[in-house]
Amino acid sequence: MSATVETVDQITDLADEKYKYGFVTDIESDTLPPGLNEDTIRFISAKKDEPEWMLEWRLKAFRHWLTLEEPDWQKPKFPKIDYQDACYYAAPKNMKDGPQSLDEVDPELLATYEKLGIPLREQEMLAGVAVDAVFDSVSVATTFKAKLEEVGVIFCPISEAVKRCPELVKKYMGSVVPFNDNTYATLNSAVFTDGSFVYIPKGVRCPMELSTYFRINEANTGQFERTLIIADEGSYVSYLEGCTAPMRDENQLHAAVVELIAHDDAEIKYSTVQNWYPGDENGVGGIYNFVTKRAACRGRNSKVSWTQVETGSAITWKYPSCVLLGDNSVGEFYSIAITNNRQMADTGTKMIHIGKNTSSRIISKGISAGKSDQTYRGLVRMAGKANGARNYTQCDSLLIGDTCGAHTVPYIESKNPSAVVEHEATTSTISEDQLFYLRQRGIDEETAVALIVNGFCRDVLQQLPMEFAVEAQKLVGISLEGSVG
Amino acid sequence: MNTQTDQILPFAGILEQAAASLPGADLDWVRAMRIRSYDRYVELGIPTVRQEAWKYTRLKTLEDTVFSPYHGDSNQTVDVLPGIHAASGAGVRLVFVNGHFRADLSNQEELPAGVILENLAATMIRDSNWLESQIANPLLGAAGSLESLNAAAMHDGYVLHVAKNVVVVKPIEVVFVGGLSEGPVASFPRNLIVLDEGAEARIIVHQCSAGTDASFSNTVSTVSLGQNARLSLATLQEEGDDATSVSTTQVECARDSAFDSMTLSMGAQLSRTEQHVALAGEGSSCRLDGAYLMRGSSHCDHTTLVDHLVPNTTSNEMFKGVLNDESRAVFQGKIVVHPDAQHTDGRMLNKTMLLSDRAEIDTKPELEIYADDVKCAHGATSGQLDETALFYLRSRGIPEAQARNLLVQSFLGEVIERITDDVLRDTITEKVVGWLPTGGQSS
Repeated sequence: MSATVETVDQITDLADEKYKYGFVTDIESDTLPPGLNEDTIRFISAKKDEPEWMLEWRLKAFRHWLTLEEPDWQKPKFPKIDYQDACYYAAPKNMKDGPQSLDEVDPELLATYEKLGIPLREQEMLAGVAVDAVFDSVSVATTFKAKLEEVGVIFCPISEAVKRCPELVKKYMGSVVPFNDNTYATLNSAVFTDGSFVYIPKGVRCPMELSTYFRINEANTGQFERTLIIADEGSYVSYLEGCTAPMRDENQLHAAVVELIAHDDAEIKYSTVQNWYPGDENGVGGIYNFVTKRAACRGRNSKVSWTQVETGSAITWKYPSCVLLGDNSVGEFYSIAITNNRQMADTGTKMIHIGKNTSSRIISKGISAGKSDQTYRGLVRMAGKANGARNYTQCDSLLIGDTCGAHTVPYIESKNPSAVVEHEATTSTISEDQLFYLRQRGIDEETAVALIVNGFCRDVLQQLPMEFAVEAQKLVGISLEGSVG
Repeated sequence: MNTQTDQILPFAGILEQAAASLPGADLDWVRAMRIRSYDRYVELGIPTVRQEAWKYTRLKTLEDTVFSPYHGDSNQTVDVLPGIHAASGAGVRLVFVNGHFRADLSNQEELPAGVILENLAATMIRDSNWLESQIANPLLGAAGSLESLNAAAMHDGYVLHVAKNVVVVKPIEVVFVGGLSEGPVASFPRNLIVLDEGAEARIIVHQCSAGTDASFSNTVSTVSLGQNARLSLATLQEEGDDATSVSTTQVECARDSAFDSMTLSMGAQLSRTEQHVALAGEGSSCRLDGAYLMRGSSHCDHTTLVDHLVPNTTSNEMFKGVLNDESRAVFQGKIVVHPDAQHTDGRMLNKTMLLSDRAEIDTKPELEIYADDVKCAHGATSGQLDETALFYLRSRGIPEAQARNLLVQSFLGEVIERITDDVLRDTITEKVVGWLPTGGQSS
């Protein structure tokens, strides 16, 4: 009960809050002029002081990208992106040599992160979450490095990992999402500027939650980060990612790639709270969030769990997926997607069952309000050898108002008689009875709706690590603000 | 068998070759419709797996075999004609062999006043204006490639028109016999069903093969239901292993009308049954049911689209199937709730049982919703026989093979029980029992 009261309070507090992350930080930055060609890529690679093989890989991806056409099967339609008009490298100027410690980080930048609610310094004290913050294209600070190194965990910007442990990067990068996977992943492979790298050695349970905070600050830039997480035999890691961007009236592209690899008995929990700038109520501006996220459960008994709370972005278009190769491996996908105003989302997951006795669970909650449009698109595939595989899917949509849309497009393919697939989907609206019940107890309409929606999302909110669950609940309230009445 | 490259369009030039022999050659609107449709077909080409709607079904046979419309004599002897209510000779029945109407095998008597049941070619002569107004119904939307091909090459089919408040009590049976020819034959049946206000009718369509030759049939049926009209349509797909059959049924329902359909698919090398229902009047409803039993290397595809266009409409779909050997089934269902179509109730269920480890099911139940005060749900499952249930039956002394059959039968029973016509339900149950493997089976 107390939790509910708290929720209501938080939501009431936030009633007037619009997109509070829409500020711009005024710091000098080192930006490459707009345009995309092989020189851009050579420049990025040189800036990062990368070895030759990395540059070759980027160029291979770029040449392939030139041959690709953009897909058009997705539900959200948008004007063609002019890739020559965007900047592919923007870094805060003082960061050229990479920070050695937090003391060297530009104080203004630290203040930005504080505004975002991730005081790096404080967190260092609080033995809480280790944060890798990516500002525009460059990783600015990684906290708790030393503490993590004690147990052998490598948590660093990927540009550093390329130098520090090239054999790991070489072995795993592109092994889950190959450079030629899809238009946006290929573009990312060519121009990625930074991101996080995590390696958890055998048998280690990562002592703290790892986290990355992404922020797009510069105008007219695209953000292309790449995350690679490897959990070796018997290890465990929980990883959080959060994103924000300033309010601008142009569309900015965010095309990231996330690759997860889980070996025997390893477990990775990946949580995302995505709150990129969604554009204004007329659909002007906002981030195009086109991300390729995929996990390979390579080992026996391995497990990967995706949890996402998607409230931001003008267009969200992503399918965090699991390839369940190892016998008995487990894939999970928990998702809340909230769209309001003119936001569009086409999101879901793919569960590819290849190993025996693999199991997967998909819980997707979609909430559409305003004039937004939302699609759940998912694939469950049972390969011929996936004996005893199991899937359970539930996707529920909630519509608020009669000008929004909610769509469900599941694909189920089964080639194995002993594999069991179950899929359920429902679409409904906020029931008048529930609303009336809350209203007659003196709760105003907006709060009542937020309460009902929080209840609708409960199954997924419970999967989030504590501190993020609170933030996510607040976001649910803010995102739906102004959608009733 | 001729092998073709992908570039050659099947049925290219079909119009020039056959224009003179096709019915309606003397009618301007028919000629214009054929030419327009042919151009559209050429523009669209044969559907490929690269198209979303055909992702799981490949019309391979059109790539390797050249089919041509049947031009031979139309007096072939047909030994046994299927019939449920109309056992050979009795009851109302229309028979088409290789797509050609056979008056000698049909029986159009015993119909109440106010009912017209005839073949399309006859309607073209009798009342061309009425036919034009019905076939060129603008609400049915832009035609797809195969519908266009049908409109270009259609030669015959059945036409049923029931006048206001007339109830046709006895079911009407329509039999399409294919494969009775030398060489691969193509047919393009075009059917039209119009029920005026308050009219009621039941139709049972049999699709079967008498010969063993390869056949391709591309059927288009147009159904138009007036206010309060009721139509129940059963289709029994029992063609032979050399048959490829695609059919599209377009239904438009006016206020308070009801469309019920039951499809039993147990034949043909490849069959695709596509149904588009437009619930265009308030209070209208549709029920689309289907059962599929596949074995060998056959492939069946059930694709449905229900458009809820106005408030207070209901749709209910249930498709259940059993797959053995290397067979494959596809179910693609889509419910679209248009803006303002409040208080829609849409339900869709697809369940498949795989009896062999080489069988495959691909399911795509879709919802597309633009109104908020609606109830929509869909479900899909796939799996094998319940081992616990099997054990339970065996522990009571029922032999394994029989126990398996019982479970399969009860699995399909859920959908078969929804058939309201007792005779039809019993016939289908018999067919299901006949299909079940007789010997022991290992999985």
